Amino acid sequence: MELQKFYYDNKIVKAFYIATVVFGLVGMLVGLTAAIQLFYPIFNFNLQYTTFGRIRPLHTNAIIFAFVGNAIFGAVYYSLQRLLKTRMFSDLLSWVHFWGWQLIILAAAITLPLGFTTSKEYAELEWPIDIAITIVWVVFGINMIGTILRRRERHMYVAIWFYLATFVTVAVLHIVNSFEIPVTFFKSYSWYAGVQDALVQWWYGHNAVAFFLTTPFLGMMYYYLPKAANRPVYSYKLSIIHFWSLIFIYIWAGPHHLLYTSLPDWAQSLGTVFSIMLIAPSWGGALNGLMTLRGAWDRVREDPVLKFIVVAITAYSMAVLEGPLLSLKNVNAITHFTDWIVAHVHLGALGWNGFLVFAVLYWTIPRMWNTTLYSKKMANAHFWLGTLGIIFYALPMYVSGLTQSLMWKEFNADGFLVYKNFLETTVAILPLHMLRAIGGSLYLTGFILMTYNLIKTAYAGKFIANEEAQAAPLAKEYVATSGGWHYRVLENKPILFTVLSLVAILIGGIVEMVPTFLIKSNVPTISSVKPYSPLELHGRDIYIREGCVGCHTQMVRPFRSETERYGEYSKAGEFVYDHPFLWGSKRTGPDLARVGGKYSNSWHYNHLLAPDAVSTGSIMPSYPWLFEQTINLGLTAGKINALRKIGVPYAEDYEATANEDLKKQAAEITSSLKADGIETPSDAEIVAVIAYLQRLGKDIKAEKENEQP
Amino acid sequence: MEKNVLQHIDHIATWPVISFIIFFLFFLCLLWWVFTADKKFIKEMSELPLQEDSKDSTPKNPSV
Repeated sequence: MELQKFYYDNKIVKAFYIATVVFGLVGMLVGLTAAIQLFYPIFNFNLQYTTFGRIRPLHTNAIIFAFVGNAIFGAVYYSLQRLLKTRMFSDLLSWVHFWGWQLIILAAAITLPLGFTTSKEYAELEWPIDIAITIVWVVFGINMIGTILRRRERHMYVAIWFYLATFVTVAVLHIVNSFEIPVTFFKSYSWYAGVQDALVQWWYGHNAVAFFLTTPFLGMMYYYLPKAANRPVYSYKLSIIHFWSLIFIYIWAGPHHLLYTSLPDWAQSLGTVFSIMLIAPSWGGALNGLMTLRGAWDRVREDPVLKFIVVAITAYSMAVLEGPLLSLKNVNAITHFTDWIVAHVHLGALGWNGFLVFAVLYWTIPRMWNTTLYSKKMANAHFWLGTLGIIFYALPMYVSGLTQSLMWKEFNADGFLVYKNFLETTVAILPLHMLRAIGGSLYLTGFILMTYNLIKTAYAGKFIANEEAQAAPLAKEYVATSGGWHYRVLENKPILFTVLSLVAILIGGIVEMVPTFLIKSNVPTISSVKPYSPLELHGRDIYIREGCVGCHTQMVRPFRSETERYGEYSKAGEFVYDHPFLWGSKRTGPDLARVGGKYSNSWHYNHLLAPDAVSTGSIMPSYPWLFEQTINLGLTAGKINALRKIGVPYAEDYEATANEDLKKQAAEITSSLKADGIETPSDAEIVAVIAYLQRLGKDIKAEKENEQP
Repeated sequence: MEKNVLQHIDHIATWPVISFIIFFLFFLCLLWWVFTADKKFIKEMSELPLQEDSKDSTPKNPSV
């Protein structure tokens, strides 16, 4: 058959890779800033836009969606064309995808520091951006599937399977988790409340790690590792088993993020069981990667690309063993809410994602510029800086997490908490936070070195925008030369394949969610749990805006060490009006679920103005802007309306009188402050925040008092 | 609480059994498929990324 001449589009790959490097630098710089704030709080420059609660989501979004996201797209666009022997389906769609994604990143970079956030981890962006993400993602999908449909290679290599599963699953996750009811253009409430919101969020959060940070990278591993090692993957059969078992099992494991919370026990156990099962496919894949290098280990010593890949796969194997172990309830009891989890995710992000991206960049850039790498020595230096960076980051965080957790749980001989003051446990780990920042700086230094090296490489070569290639078109009639039809059925039918992957990932989600959604009518109602008052609602929204949930949980787990410290453990029925839930995932400061009534209004006032003055040594930033900005009364009606639509039982027409109640409650707070010698206008945001904080846990306390004869 | 939840769904106990059977069968088929697969085909598939990208890319499609 006659060969057809065509051109691979390298220009789009180049664009995505430039974005990868730029946003990698930005994301890591923001991360380093946040890390420094955790021992030197004034490093937020006393500005609301750079305060920890707002830049932490900026850091995670920049790394996950901007750095890693662009790297995935670059790698997919490079490898997909070559594996299918065709140019991308549509240049126009490629560029719509590229610019659409960068605009979303820009929107995130503006809105997150401004405090527009849903507060749901890794899904913080507000609803208009959510819609834009959906559109751009669909464009990516059409472009990818279109490319597959006009391929010149009959069969889809396993890397493409991983790309397809990524596309399908991320679409489902994003849409289901983003159901929210808009109040204004930049404010919405999650459709789900409390326990259900938590389950949906962590089904999303867990699988965002699975299908954004893992499956596309496994696809990249299956393409770039054989390329770099110049030998086929160790076992292609294993890769097939790897793929199906991984995508099926992964989707079930989400509830392991909610162990010991108010989530029903059966869902927690399901999360644990599937997490343990996940070890098998994860290690199967990792071993398949490492074994590909059998007989080529001598080259690992020479080639920086292979070095990065080996450490990436090693970090992956460690993280995917650690994850299931953390899902065991006894291990989770000690590690959850601590720095251990921070170490765990950074082992994955810095080791697996970062190092694999570096390998891909070092391998691809010289090829696209038709030259060799500017400096191998510099790449080796980067390798060591990066590796040391990971070690200096992770080890202090492991020690810090364990230290703090054990301090939280330590009782003396008389049965009292040894470290009754939470702050003592914070101060104890600050040196480890400093070491972590050093680790991060080393890693970032390596990254800067790579950037220089790649720029020099590009300048030394000549960019091939359109790379010429030749291949025969697909024969219309497909005649198998050996074996039966079933050997090729999947690789040959991309649409059927995509549908099957969709079914595999939907089953886990449905089995977990259907019963949990039916809970709604079954949650043991706590009669004293009432919707938030208008002032408390405004306070809660400010709490969300400031990202307080980044450091404070609202989930007292049923341990004696927690009930002693915070009060009664949290019940599912307490959260029925929480749109969104604010359980949190990290306790940099103490839990706040029972903080209502614990301190006076003036204590909160002084504490938010200058935390360090009230609690010496506190690393909480001060919030001076809460004292100057005023509550937006114009939004009250809209908020009440929106919440009523999603099931919060505010009386009909309550929005008409809500602001009167708000002013009344604000006046009570300002007069109590006045009694303590503090003058504050009753429309200052601080008043709403105090109202909200004083409400937390009050309902349960009221219930207890009712029970008393 | 979970008892309450689960009791309100009819025949809930059969759900996990059905999902287990579906996926057990799926994995059995997958294993059978993988272990009886044509060696030549598997070799071709695993060599896909190594076929040179550019000008000299020679199609290895058996039907050609």
